[in-house]
Amino acid sequence: MAELSNALGTAASRTRFVGLRRLVRRLPPTAKVGAAILLFWIVTVLTIHFWPVADPLAMVGRRLQPPSGDHWLGTDALGRDVFSRTLHGSVWSIPIAIVVVAFAVAIGSALGAVAGFFGGWWDAVIMRLVDVTVSFPPILLAMAVAAMLGPGLANASIAMVIVWWPIYARLMRAQVLEVREREHVEAAVAGGAGRVRVLVVHVLPLCWTPTLINATMDFGQVVLLAASLSFIGLGATPPSPEWGSMISEGATRFYNWWIAFGPGMAILSVVLATSFLGDGLRDAFDRRAG
Amino acid sequence: MLAYIVRRLISIPFLLLGVASVSFLLSQMTKGDPLAALVPERMMSNPEIVEAVKAEWGLDKPLPVRYVRYLGNLIQGDLGTSFSTRRPVATDIAERLPATLELVIAAMIIGTALGLCLGLLSARFRGSAFDSLARIFALIGSSLPIFWSGLILLYLLSVRIALVPGTGRLPPRVQPPPTHTGLYTIDALIAGDISLFWQALAHLALPAFVLGWAVTGIITRLVRSSLIEGLGQDYARTARAKGAPERVVLIGHALPNAMIPLLTILGFTFAYLITGAVLTEAIFSWPGIGSYAVRAAASLDYPAIGGVTIVGSVAFLLANLLTDIAYAWANPRIKVH
Repeated sequence: MAELSNALGTAASRTRFVGLRRLVRRLPPTAKVGAAILLFWIVTVLTIHFWPVADPLAMVGRRLQPPSGDHWLGTDALGRDVFSRTLHGSVWSIPIAIVVVAFAVAIGSALGAVAGFFGGWWDAVIMRLVDVTVSFPPILLAMAVAAMLGPGLANASIAMVIVWWPIYARLMRAQVLEVREREHVEAAVAGGAGRVRVLVVHVLPLCWTPTLINATMDFGQVVLLAASLSFIGLGATPPSPEWGSMISEGATRFYNWWIAFGPGMAILSVVLATSFLGDGLRDAFDRRAG
Repeated sequence: MLAYIVRRLISIPFLLLGVASVSFLLSQMTKGDPLAALVPERMMSNPEIVEAVKAEWGLDKPLPVRYVRYLGNLIQGDLGTSFSTRRPVATDIAERLPATLELVIAAMIIGTALGLCLGLLSARFRGSAFDSLARIFALIGSSLPIFWSGLILLYLLSVRIALVPGTGRLPPRVQPPPTHTGLYTIDALIAGDISLFWQALAHLALPAFVLGWAVTGIITRLVRSSLIEGLGQDYARTARAKGAPERVVLIGHALPNAMIPLLTILGFTFAYLITGAVLTEAIFSWPGIGSYAVRAAASLDYPAIGGVTIVGSVAFLLANLLTDIAYAWANPRIKVH
């Protein structure tokens, strides 16, 4: 861990751009494939309205047609184009995963930093809260929270932030505990800097590497859990083309396998992409440190 | 180490209290009106009926009173009464627990066996095409949405080629064996009914494989890396120097050492299994607590979902405790904070 943050420290003293380019060059090919897949989905989210694909909510063909030249992934029970719906599904899943990871990182890191830096009661209270939260099996906690708040993607997102923040609290706390002991922090304290200033200016900038790697990997897991919640009826509601609810529409029609095929592959591509990229990032940071 | 285990044991009741309190708070923060689930719509205008229902379910008491009552009931094993089945949640769960246990145990066996084999062969033929294939198989298993892989495999293996039967624990209209353990496969054997045993096993096979596949990835990765590490150690070199063939070095020397880390990821895989079981049961109409939780969540049956959450958390905490103890026992050098 010490090496990791040292590496980031030296990286920060170079220009950021060169550091980033070196990092990308060190990524293994699988990580680059992962990054490309994620980039594809993000571009899709931003530009899907201009794509020459069918309206995802409109009946565009006969019901339950298998894949064909007109409908690459067939049509569903309402005659909607599954290929178009799969592409449009990213507009739900990808932004939600970004928001959930961002909130989990922000809340978890803030609380973890406070716990690690100030210690004492702050530490005791925050870390006991973490202990209790991670005592729940993730899916059951998410289901309980989502059920209490009522179905809907916004509530499912809140549930997922509640599931994920403790991971980042623990990561950040461990990093802060470690960086806090460094000499430059001691120097800053001796120089009369306030506690909050020391934390924000001298400690936090050196603590982000593990969080970044973890957030990359969690991104896919969030997409997966969001789809799971929608699948069991706690996330997106029909007729929105969310991947999980599309699969649940397909679940009652075994013979029409193509209804669920597209969204399943889409989820798989995101999860694989983030684990490739996350693995690659971890190795790249490790090597830079070693 | 003993001090560590004692400290962990002491922390368990406090964590349970925390879990119970969070569950209670969640059930109180609900946006939906639990009354709506209890009182038929046309009777909502009748204040007498509404008050009677409120009193019956304790909805008229202030929050702290309900909290104390809730904890008191919990200690006695009373998880409340389900809104939808109108039976005690604890009874519902106890009735459905064996189905989930059978599924999870079978999945664990499949996942561990598959993971061990793949890990062993990958380590033996490191860098070969098999190694890459095994890695891809394992990686896909842990990345697939389980509710999708279950669906697709059900279509391919059951609908298309009829290799395995469809959903559920037994064919329709087949009587389950007399209950001893609640696990249909074991109970059928106890009853000496071999054909029933095969039927139960055939129904178990696909959901258990789908669930087991999800943990195969973790186990394969771990076994492979610890075997490869072991093969580079001095004891492996000594064995080779004394003329042991590579197979013996791998299975006789490296494998036993790889079992220790395997033991310690039990708790980690258990989290996967719980998540997976909920979704697998939903796909395969498996009458366990996972499908119970899904139905409860969809129908806003708070006592039921709260009960499942608490039972799941207890199991999760125990699995993590066992993992930590195994870890401390297997690796005394580790200092635990």
